[in-house]
Amino acid sequence: MSVIEMDGLRKEFTVRVRAGRLRREKRTVTAVDGVDLRVERGEMLGYIGPNGAGKSTTLKMLTGVLTPSSGRARVCGLRPVADRTRLALRIGVVFGQRSQLWWDLPLRDSFDLLRHVYRVPAGEHAARLARCRDLLDLDGFLDTPVRQLSLGQRMRGELTAALLHGPEVLFLDEPTIGLDVVSKQAVRGFLAELGRAGDTTLVLTTHDLADIERLCRRLVVIDHGRVVHDGSIAELHRRYGSRRMVVAELDAALPEPPVLPGAPVQRVEADGRRLVFALERASVAEVVAGLAGLATLRDISIVEPDIEEVVARLYRAPAAVTGAP
Amino acid sequence: MGSVTATVAPPTGAHVTPWFRTFGAIAAAGFRRHATYRQAAVAGLFTNTVFGFLRCYIFLAATGAAGTVAGYDRAQLATFVWAGQGLLAVIAIWGWTDLADRIRTGEVAADLLRPVHPVTSYLATDLGRAGFAALARLVPPLVIGPFFFAVYVPRHWATVPLFLLSVLLAVVVCFGCRYLVNATAYWLQDVRGPMILWTLGSGVLAGLYFPLGFLPGPLETVLRYATPFPSILQVPLDVLVEREPMSTGLALVGVQAAWVVALLALCRLVQRRAERRLVVQGG
Repeated sequence: MSVIEMDGLRKEFTVRVRAGRLRREKRTVTAVDGVDLRVERGEMLGYIGPNGAGKSTTLKMLTGVLTPSSGRARVCGLRPVADRTRLALRIGVVFGQRSQLWWDLPLRDSFDLLRHVYRVPAGEHAARLARCRDLLDLDGFLDTPVRQLSLGQRMRGELTAALLHGPEVLFLDEPTIGLDVVSKQAVRGFLAELGRAGDTTLVLTTHDLADIERLCRRLVVIDHGRVVHDGSIAELHRRYGSRRMVVAELDAALPEPPVLPGAPVQRVEADGRRLVFALERASVAEVVAGLAGLATLRDISIVEPDIEEVVARLYRAPAAVTGAP
Repeated sequence: MGSVTATVAPPTGAHVTPWFRTFGAIAAAGFRRHATYRQAAVAGLFTNTVFGFLRCYIFLAATGAAGTVAGYDRAQLATFVWAGQGLLAVIAIWGWTDLADRIRTGEVAADLLRPVHPVTSYLATDLGRAGFAALARLVPPLVIGPFFFAVYVPRHWATVPLFLLSVLLAVVVCFGCRYLVNATAYWLQDVRGPMILWTLGSGVLAGLYFPLGFLPGPLETVLRYATPFPSILQVPLDVLVEREPMSTGLALVGVQAAWVVALLALCRLVQRRAERRLVVQGG
């Protein structure tokens, strides 16, 4: 049995828009438009999409705080809305944009309160907390009230709070939003460690694709409420034709850009002394050999395909073009 | 993380002791959270005291030459005012918008993601808050009042425990009303309208602006039994000053208990309705 199941999951909102001086018109907005998805135990799933694509709405439906308009969802075999309090014991949730900690309590007290709220045996609680303190370096601010923590410290606290009851599934909604490089690395390192252990299923939404590259083997892209890609990052590159590039630095500019079979010139820079080739059918060796006969090479470098560029192309494409996977 | 499989007990009725332990832990956290704001407690205490003098002089003026009004003598009125000033913070009659704020900002999602019913967890927090207020805000006016006014001291030994029980019930009744007013945010987003109605209504009908005994008899009776407002303030104060015989006092506390049951049930019903149509604000 999959740990997360979604069948035709759909959520519509009614919004009132101004249609005259006094008149308001009701308009239905579909935030999630029939998502079918299975997530297996121990999987680390990246769930991405542009703003307003329906990522957070999906997460809210899976955690039971939002009732779907139609369709079916199961998490750990439970119905998220109907069995919300039972499900709460088995999942952990981190919202990057809002806090689950108690504003006026020190982290230590918040964690202790969570132990009682989730009724975790003292020994288990202590062991998990010790591990989080170690991996997330919490000791410097355990006695600071949450309201005085920096964003990076608070996020480390949120992660700990979400894990103290040993959830089977961890939902992370933009956990690295607004964090500096060091904090981002700390959070990613921690999640990678969690993923390696293999018994926690992780669903991660983010706008920072480095999170996905670092953590998730499987990537689901959602746009206009529909899944437009479900597969690995490599598959995404293949499908959207992202190519590796070869950047050649020449001693002197050539009179005109060379024509190499299977590797068209993408850009000419530095007054013709830097040429960028896209590898379509040719290999790096073929490009180097072809160029060596035409000019003196000073340096050569290979640029891997950029996931941000692919995803940006995907987001910009109209929904009809991207279609279902 | 190493072992991450949940081994926690489901919160069913079969586990009464763990339930109380959880409730107690949330209440203790509520106490600690409010104990953080000591300067606010001092400022509130100062305001309560100033208004205590003001209200006391006005009510005493109403007694006239006879020295009594609406079944209260001067000492009973003084106690009514000073204990009432202390109780204002304990029941937190005004200014509580925690739930409404969290609905408006979408933070309420975090409350819904806990394995404890939101009404239970807010109630536990509120009782913790009331516990701190009882120490920091109820005791001082009870000490200050007698320095300046002749106050009424209960004659019957059972009055004090009955008063304490009545205060506890008053806190829960007031909590229920405040929760319902705040919960309108699920539908309205902005609760300023309902809050103004509540502020005005509770002030007049709970016996804060004047003891309800000042009203015509039938009207007072209707308010006492058919609305929850007197259960918030008037009832515990009447119990303390022994305005009625002990049997009536017991009956009034019984009415409070009935309101507790009715309001908490209504809070759960409203919460359930709200969750069905909830729109969690923000991404």
